[in-house]
Amino acid sequence: MAITKSVSELISLMFEDVAIGDELPEIVKKPDTRQLVMYAGASQDFVAIHYDQNVAQEAGHPKVIIHGALKSAWLGQLVTTWMGVNGRLLELDVSYRAIDFPGETLTCIGKVIDTRIEDGVGLVELEIGLNNSEGASSTPGRALVSLPTRAAN
Amino acid sequence: MTTSPSSGDTVISEKLRSFIGLESIAVMYEIERHAVQRFACAIGDTNPLYTDREFAQATSYGGVIAPPTFLRSLLPGDYPKLYPEPFAHILDGGSKYRYNEPVRVGDRITVVRKISDLFEKHGRMGTMLFKISEINYTNQESRLVAVQTTTTITYGMGEKDSGVGDH
Repeated sequence: MAITKSVSELISLMFEDVAIGDELPEIVKKPDTRQLVMYAGASQDFVAIHYDQNVAQEAGHPKVIIHGALKSAWLGQLVTTWMGVNGRLLELDVSYRAIDFPGETLTCIGKVIDTRIEDGVGLVELEIGLNNSEGASSTPGRALVSLPTRAAN
Repeated sequence: MTTSPSSGDTVISEKLRSFIGLESIAVMYEIERHAVQRFACAIGDTNPLYTDREFAQATSYGGVIAPPTFLRSLLPGDYPKLYPEPFAHILDGGSKYRYNEPVRVGDRITVVRKISDLFEKHGRMGTMLFKISEINYTNQESRLVAVQTTTTITYGMGEKDSGVGDH
């Protein structure tokens, strides 16, 4: 299940193709401090615990930490890559339960926990999260997406 | 961790409490394709919907869109009065996004934030202030495209880290 398909291959993911228990193709991230600086610039988040060792230590961290919002971005990528260009992301909830550090290998995982049709729209609910190098979940979340239905076509 | 009793030693002063429901000064952003490209590159997302005009036009979106959490880069404005942040350090607790439609390159998005709740907890880091904020993103056609609800945690005394109080 760890193979990440390209977006174009997933262009036709349909509601009927999805079942409860399905796992999303994992996305693995190995962020370095350079990526944190890139994210700081791109997101305008210049809180110094993400790039200044001294500030991070004064705030009680062993070293600089990954932006929580960057972890959210990766979980968004997990879901949108899986659903393809005809899906729509409706809800994305992410909790930063534990901090993560550059240099770690972080794995974004997800699975289908519910499928239902509401007002003719195919809705799929996902449990998502990010596991750290030890395999512990640091960043649980959930998402709701809509997918096209064959019935509607 | 326990929620503190509403006793006299709370950090949530009347002045701080007066920020609940207060709207930030609206800020409008023009969504520029290079900003979207830089964001997608920074998070390591190679989805052509965010960068490839021809590809995106051929999809149901009809044009280049921004990644879902690109909204983070559209910083809300200040409150009309100075927010009296009591603590020095900041941690992001999480975000909940509700999307009505994607942000598109070329959109003009107006951002308004308001604090919906303030509460404190006591833990390993001492007293921590939890701030729940709701950020509304409205496009040039006055449609609410998304809402982000954030939890911001501040804690600890001393010199304020740069950026504390902005989030």
